[in-house]
Amino acid sequence: MQFPESWLRNLVNPALDTAQLAHVVTMAGLEVEALTPAAPPFNNVVVAEILSADKHPDADRLRVCQVDVGEASPVTIVCGAPNAAAGLKVPCARPGAILPGIEIKVAKVRGVESFGMLCSTKELGLEGAADGLMVLPADAPVGEDFRGWLNLDDTLITLKLTPNRADCLSMQGLAREVGAITGADVRLPQIQAVDTRIQYTVPIQVSASEACPLYLGRVVRGIDAQAPTPRWMAERLERSGIRPLLAPVDVTNYVLLELGQPMHAFALSRLNGGIEVRMARAGETLALLNGQTTELAPDMLVIADASGPVALAGIMGGLPTSVEKFTVDVFLEAAFFAPTAIAGRARRLGLSTDSSHRFERGVDFGATRRAMERATELLIDICGGQAGPITEAVAKLPERQPITLRLARLKRVAGIEMDADQVARGLAALGAHVERQEDCLVVTPPSFRFDLAIEEDLIEEAVRLFGYDNIPAQPPAAPSRMLPQDETVLGDDALRQMLVDLDYQEVITYSFVDPAWETALDADARPLPLANPIASQLSAMRTTLWGGLIETLRHNLNRQQERVRIFELGRVYTSQATQPMKLGGLAYGDGLPEQWGASSRRVDFFDLKGDLERLFGHPLDTRRGTHSALHPGQSAEIWIDGRAVGWIGALHPRLVQAFDLPAVPMLFELDSQVFSRRDLPRHASLSRFPLVRRDLAFVLDAHTPAGELLTALREVAPGSVQSIEVFDDYRGKGVAENQKSLAIRVVMQDTERTLTDQDVEDAVQKLVSAALRQCNAALRA
Amino acid sequence: MSFVDKFEIFQITAMRNPNEIVADALNAIHASPDLPNLEQVKAAYLGKSGQLTELLKSLGAMPAEERKTAGARINEAKQAVEAALKDRREALQQAELDRQLAAETLDVTLPGRGLARGGLHPVSRTLARIQALFRSIGFEVATGPEIETDFYNFTALNIPEDHPARAMHDTFYLQSGELLRTHTSPVQVRYMQTHQPPLRIIAPGRVYRCDSDVTHTPMFHQVEGLWVDESVSFADLKGVLADFMRNFFERDDLPVRFRPSFFPFTEPSAEMDIGCVMCGGEGCRVCSHTGWLEVLGCGMVHPNVFRHVDIDTERFVGFAFGLGVERLAMLRYGVDDLRLFFENDLRFLKQFN
Repeated sequence: MQFPESWLRNLVNPALDTAQLAHVVTMAGLEVEALTPAAPPFNNVVVAEILSADKHPDADRLRVCQVDVGEASPVTIVCGAPNAAAGLKVPCARPGAILPGIEIKVAKVRGVESFGMLCSTKELGLEGAADGLMVLPADAPVGEDFRGWLNLDDTLITLKLTPNRADCLSMQGLAREVGAITGADVRLPQIQAVDTRIQYTVPIQVSASEACPLYLGRVVRGIDAQAPTPRWMAERLERSGIRPLLAPVDVTNYVLLELGQPMHAFALSRLNGGIEVRMARAGETLALLNGQTTELAPDMLVIADASGPVALAGIMGGLPTSVEKFTVDVFLEAAFFAPTAIAGRARRLGLSTDSSHRFERGVDFGATRRAMERATELLIDICGGQAGPITEAVAKLPERQPITLRLARLKRVAGIEMDADQVARGLAALGAHVERQEDCLVVTPPSFRFDLAIEEDLIEEAVRLFGYDNIPAQPPAAPSRMLPQDETVLGDDALRQMLVDLDYQEVITYSFVDPAWETALDADARPLPLANPIASQLSAMRTTLWGGLIETLRHNLNRQQERVRIFELGRVYTSQATQPMKLGGLAYGDGLPEQWGASSRRVDFFDLKGDLERLFGHPLDTRRGTHSALHPGQSAEIWIDGRAVGWIGALHPRLVQAFDLPAVPMLFELDSQVFSRRDLPRHASLSRFPLVRRDLAFVLDAHTPAGELLTALREVAPGSVQSIEVFDDYRGKGVAENQKSLAIRVVMQDTERTLTDQDVEDAVQKLVSAALRQCNAALRA
Repeated sequence: MSFVDKFEIFQITAMRNPNEIVADALNAIHASPDLPNLEQVKAAYLGKSGQLTELLKSLGAMPAEERKTAGARINEAKQAVEAALKDRREALQQAELDRQLAAETLDVTLPGRGLARGGLHPVSRTLARIQALFRSIGFEVATGPEIETDFYNFTALNIPEDHPARAMHDTFYLQSGELLRTHTSPVQVRYMQTHQPPLRIIAPGRVYRCDSDVTHTPMFHQVEGLWVDESVSFADLKGVLADFMRNFFERDDLPVRFRPSFFPFTEPSAEMDIGCVMCGGEGCRVCSHTGWLEVLGCGMVHPNVFRHVDIDTERFVGFAFGLGVERLAMLRYGVDDLRLFFENDLRFLKQFN
């Protein structure tokens, strides 16, 4: 909400300068968002009249003007403006004047001495561009200081009001609030009932009385709609961000700003019969003032006449019944529409009007008649005409129930004791009726407050008036209990740190992605679409982290990064019930950063698998599987505790091409849950007996996974076997085609005794026969 | 040994003076270029048939009175040679070691080998810092879903349908009718449904608003905080948050202020401002020349929120707050463009490693 400071000061004038006032108001919860001068600084500019404008003897485009600046004799001013002409009233900068960017001095212009400058709006900094002198109205007082005459030493105040403070959406409400905060006297506008000169009325029927508990109508006949809006009113409207249009409309807008009551003026001759306030009927449409024709829904309240809706109640009037230049008779409306009957409708129609903004939040139902009288008075003052009586349709208005504010509760919530009388005085200054009892206040809120219904509402008001700054900031006292520290849980932060130590950079990418990417990565993906995305490439919820990681890779490749190792820990989304946390990673480029001491080699499957094994702290159970995003020969499903928990592999060449990548990135994605549980360590006694190592080379089919052989061996290994690991995979000379040789190291140690040759030999025999049986793997000769 | 042999040796030794032998030996020792050669020199003088050894052997043939003197002279000679040998050996060993060390000398200014180290995203780093500060006074971390229902995101937080506050939220909806949470406040509700007070939690996470321009990204991070107990007050709320901001920015003298505001789920509600950390309150572009920065919203939990989760509003009071993580990160690390956080440009991210 924007308004000129001068208007507020007219109603309440605390002894504070502009900045102090802004601070006080902000600290009371009415946040001042901006203070803007009504005009940029300039001085020594007066209202002047051009008496004559003759061609400059030596310049075709210049004129030599005799100008009345309110002094005994006219002054000579050379002027280049195309519209300079005798009889015009214009702003004139006198010698010594400082305008935005220029200082005015007496100067010779092509041989003619010029005593000042006639100004355009641009030269005064009032507008960005101008095509001639600023022409002032004929009644502008010659010689008067221009700033003072136009009241330019004013400040436009912009407030960012919270939705609970509808009562401050008017000058009257703001004045009352400022009065309560500062203690300054408030002078609300004096409003007299207008004499009724005619008896003409329009019948009013309210069929939706819950939505519209109060409707006032009045006819004013014989107005001159084209009468000029007075300068003071136009100035206040403009400085409040409303363009003056036509006097009757300006009047209703002025009352909206002054008193907070949205009003509407209908052209009486365009109304067909009586007024009915009712819910819209299915299929009804209305051409609105803004030119848009809208289809009405049955939950929208309308003002209708015999031929159908003529206004969207509380939101916007209809175009066919609007007041125009030649309108002579008007029907004025001032009503109270229930917030619940208005709320959300305007937004649904893509509208936001000054009227709907106020009705949604609550308009004072106790001041409707006052607003009607005010509008009538102003209208007749400006446009003439004669008023009929006010027709009123009233049903059940909201009630303001007394609320008990317990002083003990106030102290408990605020954390400090406040003086009860002071609290009572403050609430009364806000317009509430306050009854002081021994340990409580009984408070009845005024009709303009829609946010005071329960005790907490009053506590807030009491604390607000007391001043949030006056409440001490104290460290709370609480029992010093330690937080549980579950040692078997590995937190996300620890997981992130481990990845960082493995040379991965964390990234955070959007949870919404391009659905085409999702289905490219996983043909079976059904990404949840957003109903209102901001862009098509951000229009569906991700089902994998890979899309964002690949996009990040592309972004960085375009910025000449050649080695990219990134991870993200975040959710993927398949439904409201299923939003699991995943850990996804991508490695691209060389395995190691470019360095003198290690030859460069592109990162491969086993680099990534090794990284994951370091994360887990143990070898991974990876099984061949097919994922549509991954190279079928270089991908694996990761299994933990008998459950498939994720994938690792090279991006499928088809996608490498589709994403236009110069080389193949390696990817992994896992349920992050699998990291969160770790076993509590359990000490086992250390063996004092010697280790025995045996290396066994098996020849087997090249397609048999090493994992199968290891599993077969581990299954039959006796208890003394500590570990069985692969240490070589050899193919080529000495091994038949389609065969490979796997070198296996077996480490044995007993905790009870030294192993004998026979023990070792027995164990090896067991392993060898299992290898042959399970994997058709023979000991290499 | 035969008599003849002894005689011959005697003849030889009789011809040589031990001092001459020592002089020769010392020359040979000093001239010896390496350890194997030095061993040969040693053998030539002190070996089984070395010159001094032979001289010593010849003593037996001498008269007793001469033997004593000669013996002493020979022993002296022998010791002199042995000492020279030892010195030379040590010198040669040292030279050998020096040679080896010189040969093995590395250019230690070359960089080390292996992987580099990655780094945390600045948002994670900031979140971790926020969590650590709140954990230090007993807040536990809670989480909740990001696809939320209307109930948890709005209704349970005292924001009924069509409430003007909903317009402040620019909500993303799924086609299914669910929504992306617009704040982390739903976690409050979920947590209170399953836990009894007293409780003290923070809930970090992603939130979404359908808004995208220079100062808004459609996704960002918040940390929600909630403290419910029999006696927590607005004064406590101010105390905790002032303490947090001063510790977060590591400025004990950081000015803070609380302004009345409105959130449907708290009452009284407040916006918290801190003195601008960029200009020290002098006024700059970041603080719009006000000297103050709005950093979080907070307030006392609204009784309607407690009612939705069956907490006795007479017995318990609580406060809640929600802060924007990117905003704090920007202020802490001097980041001037919000959008950088989600572009994931490695050159940007690595500045936080």
